[in-house]
Amino acid sequence: MTLSLRRKIMNGLMLTLTGLSTFLAVGVLLFILGYLFVYGGKSLDWNFFTKLPVPVGETGGGMANALLGSAKLLLLATITGVPIGFLGGVYLAEFGGSTLSFIVRYTTDLLNGVPSIVIGVFAYTVIVIPQGHFSTLAGGIALGVMMIPIAIRSSEEFLRAVPLSLREGAMALGASKAKTILTVVIPAAKGGLITGIMLNLARVAGETAPLIFTSFGNQFWSPGWEQPTAALPVMIYLYAISPYEDWHTQAWSAGFVLLMLVLAVNIIARAILSKKGHVPR
Amino acid sequence: MSRMPAPIQPSAPDVTMKSQTSPMQIAEAQKTAAGEQSKLSTTNLNFYYGAFQALHGISMQVYEKRVTAFIGPSGCGKSTFLRTLNRMNETIRTSRVDGEILLDGQDIFKIEVSELRRRVGMVFQRPNPFPKSIFDNIAYGPRINGSISRSGMKEHVEQSLRRAALWDEVKDKLNASAYSLSGGQQQRLCIARALAVNPEVLLLDEPCSALDPIATAKIEDLIFQLKDSCTIVIVTHNMQQAARVADYTGFFLLGKLIEFDSTTVIFKNPARKETEDYITGRFG
Repeated sequence: MTLSLRRKIMNGLMLTLTGLSTFLAVGVLLFILGYLFVYGGKSLDWNFFTKLPVPVGETGGGMANALLGSAKLLLLATITGVPIGFLGGVYLAEFGGSTLSFIVRYTTDLLNGVPSIVIGVFAYTVIVIPQGHFSTLAGGIALGVMMIPIAIRSSEEFLRAVPLSLREGAMALGASKAKTILTVVIPAAKGGLITGIMLNLARVAGETAPLIFTSFGNQFWSPGWEQPTAALPVMIYLYAISPYEDWHTQAWSAGFVLLMLVLAVNIIARAILSKKGHVPR
Repeated sequence: MSRMPAPIQPSAPDVTMKSQTSPMQIAEAQKTAAGEQSKLSTTNLNFYYGAFQALHGISMQVYEKRVTAFIGPSGCGKSTFLRTLNRMNETIRTSRVDGEILLDGQDIFKIEVSELRRRVGMVFQRPNPFPKSIFDNIAYGPRINGSISRSGMKEHVEQSLRRAALWDEVKDKLNASAYSLSGGQQQRLCIARALAVNPEVLLLDEPCSALDPIATAKIEDLIFQLKDSCTIVIVTHNMQQAARVADYTGFFLLGKLIEFDSTTVIFKNPARKETEDYITGRFG
């Protein structure tokens, strides 16, 4: 066999393999999307967004409480997770380089790899057991803890991407390091920082495991922060494992809505990034 | 704006001693330059990046309301030297400096660093406007220093832009992003931004190296206008530029100040062989 023929065969083989892998990767996503569109989209109605769940057998129920519950959980997660993650990222990007920042970076990566159910157990131990009951608070904090590692690393990345020349420009005008970070570096990285937070939110919005031990679930409204609350991913889980056909349909709808929300957040985030992220190096 | 020829300055009285004169002796001799007021002076300045010594015993004077240029091949230490004058190199972790730098007779290492940098402004090689509006770029320095009242800011911004000969080009779009300007305009914006804090000395680190000839000419015109109100130190790769704009010129080679004299002497009758070789293009 000549060398060139061998190369041609090898080339064809590899092209087929990589193409097939790409097709499978994209195909799975498209399959999920299509399935949700078909099954979730068709049974979705206005009641889903406005009504409480109804007992099995009745029709016209919705998941309004789960929508509101998810929103409250995510708000709480943002309040607890983002400031810690953001300030940690500022430390790593601007004052890093020491042994401490190596340790912080390393533990952050480890925390990112901790299974989400373990984080749920952690929040259960630290908040639910002392309080004696499940609550929105515990769920929100569990999700907040999940947000920290990615918030740190994405803040660090976007702050680091701000060119040195801008920092020098500010310092040459008499700005202290703190002033430089506050008035030049963070504003220049703003688009990226917001995008990082949004993508992070979209990721934890679908988390189910940390909520099972913490916010638990609720068939009714959950006023305040101290009671168990429904959340979309937990609802999907509970409805999907039930033996009732109409609950299955509801679970499909919930999955569809959750996916659409995450998708919307992703698209908005990308749009912000492409508009804001043009600081020349 | 007309281009003025480089003004002829009285040269130091004793530059007749040739070749064996050490750089330091020449600098010492310069202290007696007739009729000039020293603004910045360095004595035996050494600078190290870690173990590498980038500057060797630099002693020289920067005269008030004069343009001083540093020339020399790449890596000769001229930018490093410039950046020690406003302590900009301190941001480099492993760097170390010894020797003395005086600003109006005051040790710059005893001045609070942000105050020093207000008094000794800097413009960088590549234009580095902040990702803010034109107005906010100029107002940045006065704002962080709290030196100009809120009501006086508009006028101060206009005045700074006028000093940098940029006002007419941007007066109708002060709220536009600084990135909407051309490279040359951005560099003049950076000069205006530096001028807005009323520095006594302005350090220009190869300000034209990223610009086209027309933008370069504008910056050079600007330097002529500014030297009435400011002491200017400029690092340049371009010898013709030094000859055009500078009153005094220092020639750096391998981290040493080889020769420092009035620009006329450096370009017409240099004392040192290395200077002559560089000027005439035999190396570098």
